[in-house]
Amino acid sequence: MSAGDLGCQELVELVTDYLEDRLPRGQRRRFERHLLECEGCVTYVEQMRETIRLVGRSAAADPERVPGLELLLDAFRDWKREQLA
Amino acid sequence: MPSTHATPRRRDVDLLDDERLLVALRRGDEHAFMALVDRYGALMLRVASMYVRTPSVAEEVVQETWLAILEGIGRFEGRSTLKTWIFRILSNRAKTRGEREARCLPFSACAPAGDSDDDGPTVDADRFLGPDHPQWPGHWAAAPRDWSTVPDVRLVSRETLGLIRDAIGHLPDRQQQVILLRDVEGWSSEEVCEALAVSEVNQRVLLHRARSKVRAELEDYLAEAEIGAVA
Repeated sequence: MSAGDLGCQELVELVTDYLEDRLPRGQRRRFERHLLECEGCVTYVEQMRETIRLVGRSAAADPERVPGLELLLDAFRDWKREQLA
Repeated sequence: MPSTHATPRRRDVDLLDDERLLVALRRGDEHAFMALVDRYGALMLRVASMYVRTPSVAEEVVQETWLAILEGIGRFEGRSTLKTWIFRILSNRAKTRGEREARCLPFSACAPAGDSDDDGPTVDADRFLGPDHPQWPGHWAAAPRDWSTVPDVRLVSRETLGLIRDAIGHLPDRQQQVILLRDVEGWSSEEVCEALAVSEVNQRVLLHRARSKVRAELEDYLAEAEIGAVA
């Protein structure tokens, strides 16, 4: 590992910046160079991508109830009357 | 009076985008209002619950927010999207209520919601070789395992997805808000920054911490499953 290269421990803290395309160009180059040589970090980045995918699938299946629907409807009708008045 | 829920019009309205709902709402269209409540009500309640401790207070905040939306809709200029405008009102109100709530609750009920963000590494330092390692300082000591060998049915199983929901539920509040809106709801970073009134950099830090922790939970869980399978 030469000076200026990223270590794995640094890389894992940059993964989100990388995936969000927010790394400065030099940093991005170092990040990608590291990936070329490090299987562990390739796996780590893949795990983060997979995590994002699974989080996206994790939404609760049944929608939560919206509380106070009747009150809201009343409020809306009051509001409408005022608008028209 | 017949229920407004079952009318065909209501269903048509459900398919409209926010832009058109806004126009209909300004005309005083009740179906448009109810469609908006349907679309965002549950999510608003979840977000509000991350600022305040008491469920009934969260419900109040959501109710107040809808009233504020009706009051303010005439002044809404469309500089942000309707969605982010709604959540900006919600998060402002919820934050204020959360702070007030924290002052009223006994000391033992802990810090106000949203103040418990941590720092420090997102991957355990033990996973890496020390800085004085002769050849590979900062390199993986225990590299992550490849998940591509795990069958997809297992990854998207109800159990795994439940674990993810729990992991998200245990994150500090602000991290929960960001990962919920970004990765569960699929909002853009701009939308999340606008809705939660956080800077772009801060949003990214919160997202990073949230995703990293969920990944770590998944890693532990999948490793245990593997050990279980071998045993």
